Amino acid sequence: MSAWAPRLRRGARLGFDTVRRTPVVLFPEGVLVLNATAAAVVGACDGVATVPDIVGGLAGRYADVRGDDVLTLLRGLVARGVLRPEETGGTG
Amino acid sequence: MTASPPFGMLAELTHRCPLHCPYCSNPLELVRRDRELTTDQWRSVLTQARALGVLQVHLSGGEPLARRDLPELVGHAHGLGCYVNLVTSGLGLTHERMADLARRGVEHVQLSVQAADEERADIIAGARAAKHKKAAAAAIREAGLPLTVNVVLHRRNHDQVGAIIDLAEELGADRLELANTQFYGWALRNRAALMPTRAQLDAAEPVVRAARRRLAGRVEVVYVLADYQDRLPKPCMHGWGARQLTVAPDGTVLPCPSAHVITSLEFDNVTERPLAEIWYESSSFNAYRGEEWMREPCRSCDRRGVDFGGCRCQAFLLTGAAENTDPVCALSPHHGVVEQAVAPAVDVPFVMRG
Ligand SMILES: C[S@@+](CC[C@H](N)C(=O)[O-])C[C@H]1O[C@@H](n2cnc3c(N)ncnc32)[C@H](O)[C@@H]1O
Ligand code: SF4
Ligand code: SF4
Repeated sequence: MSAWAPRLRRGARLGFDTVRRTPVVLFPEGVLVLNATAAAVVGACDGVATVPDIVGGLAGRYADVRGDDVLTLLRGLVARGVLRPEETGGTG
Repeated sequence: MTASPPFGMLAELTHRCPLHCPYCSNPLELVRRDRELTTDQWRSVLTQARALGVLQVHLSGGEPLARRDLPELVGHAHGLGCYVNLVTSGLGLTHERMADLARRGVEHVQLSVQAADEERADIIAGARAAKHKKAAAAAIREAGLPLTVNVVLHRRNHDQVGAIIDLAEELGADRLELANTQFYGWALRNRAALMPTRAQLDAAEPVVRAARRRLAGRVEVVYVLADYQDRLPKPCMHGWGARQLTVAPDGTVLPCPSAHVITSLEFDNVTERPLAEIWYESSSFNAYRGEEWMREPCRSCDRRGVDFGGCRCQAFLLTGAAENTDPVCALSPHHGVVEQAVAPAVDVPFVMRG
């Protein structure tokens, strides 16, 4: 699982909704409203950073980041078709 | 109840269309060109929609490419911060036009396809359309945009599901939406001719399942179940006036694209009333929000928060009252109407879309 490096799928992007004053992710089938931490997680998904990289990178900036929560969020976004799980070829 | 702001808007820029699909869900009575909103009016609709909370704009019709001002409207919606989805038959989508539209802000394209082979596809479309679609798909891919291929399934193409999936793969689709015909608008007129047989539906299921496995990670295959043949109704629009709105070519604002069939409601027009006021205060948008309007069996049913009692348009069309339970539901006292419609019929000719 650690060799998993998520990235936004083609056609999906982060945005900021000035009406709701919240970060969002926009993709062909819909819109998801994100909180600041979730937006930072999605922003770190570049297809290169693995899940531990992402968690490590965020831990410095957000006090409340827990690895399990990040993994749950990432899995949820994969299930919604927003993120693609990119295999990096590691042993996991 | 207080409504939340909408996320999506279907902008039906025009009803004009070079195709004549017998399954077309657009109304029997189309809005004529001289009744279409002007460029400035559409710009205002988009601006108001964004201010109201809309983040996703689906530019559709008819054929949106038939509007000369499409590039300008795309640019305007994108400039406001909206995600722009183009829903098209692909006719007129040349390489140059696609590249221009992508530059201006189209981020996803839904391209409709009528059948697996050109001959059958052209018969269903009532026009020489299939070969243009191949070129359109190539143009979409070259522009670097994600492509969803939309196929409406019915009795005359259900046997081709496997080949249609192959075609979508060949066209380079990221996603394939196989949607069994919904019986609204012109499609309702052709219901007997379009209704798939039980045998066709049963045969399609394993084909779709196998394709999902084979294409996993490459092409997402979505299969929308045949409406009348499911015992539970669909949770239409995530609830009436809950997340989306539709603006018809003449500016009529609808809670769902088919809502104009509900003649017991009066719909407002953006040329006469601000969009936000229509969303929050109009009688049409408030008519079926929440659960107060529900009748039995929905009113006391556990699923009412899940499916909202099904589709109001279908309830109106088939039972005469939009407050009734969608007759697709096996618990509806009107369910017999639906059962009768799915009873095996002999092959009936299509009435082509006028
Ligand atoms: C009304 S069309 C307008 C855009 C364009 N003319 C086209 O057909 O692609 C919008 C979408 O609805 C789909 N559609 C049309 N009639 C339908 C029906 N009766 N049931 C389900 N989908 C339908 C089309 O395939 C298309 O993807
Ligand atoms: S479904 Fe067919 S006839 Fe209807 S608007 Fe689309 S292309 Fe035109
Ligand atoms: S009775 Fe109404 S709420 Fe219950 S399943 Fe049927 S349509 Fe849904």
